Amino acid sequence: MGVAIKVENLSKAYQLGEIGTGTLSNDLKRWAYKVRGKEDPFLKIGETNDRTTKGESNMVWSLKDINFEIEQGDAVGIIGRNGAGKSTLLKILSRVTSPTTGSVKVKGRVASLLEVGTGFHPELTGRENIFLNGAILGMRKAEIKKHFDAIVDFAGVERYIDTPVKRYSSGMYVRLAFAVAAHLESEILVVDEVLAVGDAEFQKKCLGKMNDVSKGEGRTILFVSHNLTAVETLCNNGILLNSGFLETSGAVEKVVKNYINLSSTSTRSIEFNSITNPIGNSKIRILTASVELAEGEPESTIIDINSKINLKFTVLNFTNDSVISVGYDLKTLKGDTIFGSGKKFIIPSNQETELTCHLPGNFLNDDVYSVNIYFHTQTMSGLYAKNELLIFEVKDIERETGYLGKVNGFIRTNFAWSVKELSRP
Amino acid sequence: MEKLEEEKWDLEIKPQNHLFELHLADVWRYRDLLGLLVRRDFVSFYKQTILGPLWFFIQPLFTTIIYTFVFGSLAGISTDGLPQPLFYMAGITAWNYFADCLTKTSTVFKDNSNIFGKVYFPRLIMPLSIVVSNLVRFGVQMLLFLLLMGVYYLNGAHFTITPYIFLFPLLVILMALQGLGLGMLITAMTTKYRDLAFLVTFGVQLLMYATTVIYPLSSAIIKYPEYAWMIEYNPMTPIIEGFRLGFLGEGSFTWTSLGYVTLVSLALTFFGLVIFNKVEKTFVDTV
Repeated sequence: MGVAIKVENLSKAYQLGEIGTGTLSNDLKRWAYKVRGKEDPFLKIGETNDRTTKGESNMVWSLKDINFEIEQGDAVGIIGRNGAGKSTLLKILSRVTSPTTGSVKVKGRVASLLEVGTGFHPELTGRENIFLNGAILGMRKAEIKKHFDAIVDFAGVERYIDTPVKRYSSGMYVRLAFAVAAHLESEILVVDEVLAVGDAEFQKKCLGKMNDVSKGEGRTILFVSHNLTAVETLCNNGILLNSGFLETSGAVEKVVKNYINLSSTSTRSIEFNSITNPIGNSKIRILTASVELAEGEPESTIIDINSKINLKFTVLNFTNDSVISVGYDLKTLKGDTIFGSGKKFIIPSNQETELTCHLPGNFLNDDVYSVNIYFHTQTMSGLYAKNELLIFEVKDIERETGYLGKVNGFIRTNFAWSVKELSRP
Repeated sequence: MEKLEEEKWDLEIKPQNHLFELHLADVWRYRDLLGLLVRRDFVSFYKQTILGPLWFFIQPLFTTIIYTFVFGSLAGISTDGLPQPLFYMAGITAWNYFADCLTKTSTVFKDNSNIFGKVYFPRLIMPLSIVVSNLVRFGVQMLLFLLLMGVYYLNGAHFTITPYIFLFPLLVILMALQGLGLGMLITAMTTKYRDLAFLVTFGVQLLMYATTVIYPLSSAIIKYPEYAWMIEYNPMTPIIEGFRLGFLGEGSFTWTSLGYVTLVSLALTFFGLVIFNKVEKTFVDTV
């Protein structure tokens, strides 16, 4: 089969900071350069999109010189860290925004699903919204009519089809929205993390549908997700983006592995004592956070699967309320949450307070984990949240079982076994 | 063979298309969406309101009453001998269509940035749907105007319908084009320079006084002969004058002015389209 999408030297620059105020003079200057046929003075070539360092110009390359080809019928997963340029790439492919340089050539109709339920109107009924949403996604009325029953059936909202969607539960809403998109008649389907919504059963259904679409119907799929497990099951090829550059592309297993290697640089401890670079907001500030081996563990820099570890956070509470609910989610880099843990604490205002969570040994499997932390008031209104506050790796140093592959499962238990010789008369 | 296949691309996404590439064929492909958007505007407008579509009547009716009181009775502005309510309602109905098209179109990027940021369809569909939605609304208000004409006719009021009434469809199209063109220019510019949005709300109001909505052109010429050209060159003036001439038999309307208005409307639409088209490609990054 031939090439469905051909991307050549694709780049996209974004302007940082305020746009519109005080730039009229810059605009005129740029226009003057353009008229004389010179290069835009505000676009500095060679600057990469690195959030942590301050760039020279206030233009940043979100994508830089991307080249790749996608064969017809391929399912391609696009992965990369936040800010790597995944969404920008999808936006260009779905023609929401245009590139700064380079081109994309496409064979066939592109349907993009950057969000489920774009253009849904709460006052309209399910039926009306199916037609409206379908038309927004590029379907003709006749096409929607043809698939109408299938859409309603897939979404499972038959009883509510003539009820305004504002009365729908959020699950029904999402199901209906995805159902419309899933029945688009297009050769190429571009999907952004829409699967992050809906319940597990529905997510499975969506993945199944997308699988049918790519394998059964031979359509091309581009899929962006943080859930590497989903990417691995759904896609046969992958593209890894890193700070706007194309890092690797090819077979999905290879690309996923590459991504994990790329991001396993662990941040075991952070300190934010300086006031110029604080982490937090006007209500909560995190001064330090760390993953440490518990007392009594042998001196080591490595966390082993049987080490007891402590997650320590030093925080400052600037609110008047001294009861703060603190919690965190522990996630794998593939995006699966292992557990969430939280509690209400007395944290007096303006008083540095240390919180420690004790994790037992023989609990976490060998993997790379990240900690997302949340602060809430007593009544659970959000104060502050930070994703990937800490990233750490748990290693498996000595294997007792003799099995060299990775042990299956999210947790790594050391449950007791017993053996008894049964004597037969 | 290989070479041949390489050439056959259905779509090419490039940084900047030619200035005059307007993708009108694309707009035609999405015509169903236009209809559905118009329907959405309607259904969502009067769902959960008590009076429903009656709201379309209330606004012009009350405006007419107030204008009759303030400008007709208190200020005593001439209405060319026409019954005052009829005179005002003719002006208001036509002006409202233009003003609604203009104000709604002028915020189209801002209002729809959410949808525009998530899915591609020809952006022009949105302003077009506004113009069509308002056309339906205008039609309803025209019924009210015709009703009022009937009431006055039965009561023996003095007005005549002239053959100029056949210009009505053309006048409506010209109004729509002006509102659309000007609105598209403004919305394209407000994505970068927000202050223009403030200008629109009160600018439209001021513009109404520079149009012959509450006074006839004839009395403006008599009263301020040296400034009346400003009102005459206002492209909305000949439309409202022509409208009154057709339905009520009074109005200073010439074929030259119609030609002038047609030219201005087409030019506005064309420039609006070009600028709108240029901005729609990247506005998502700036809005």
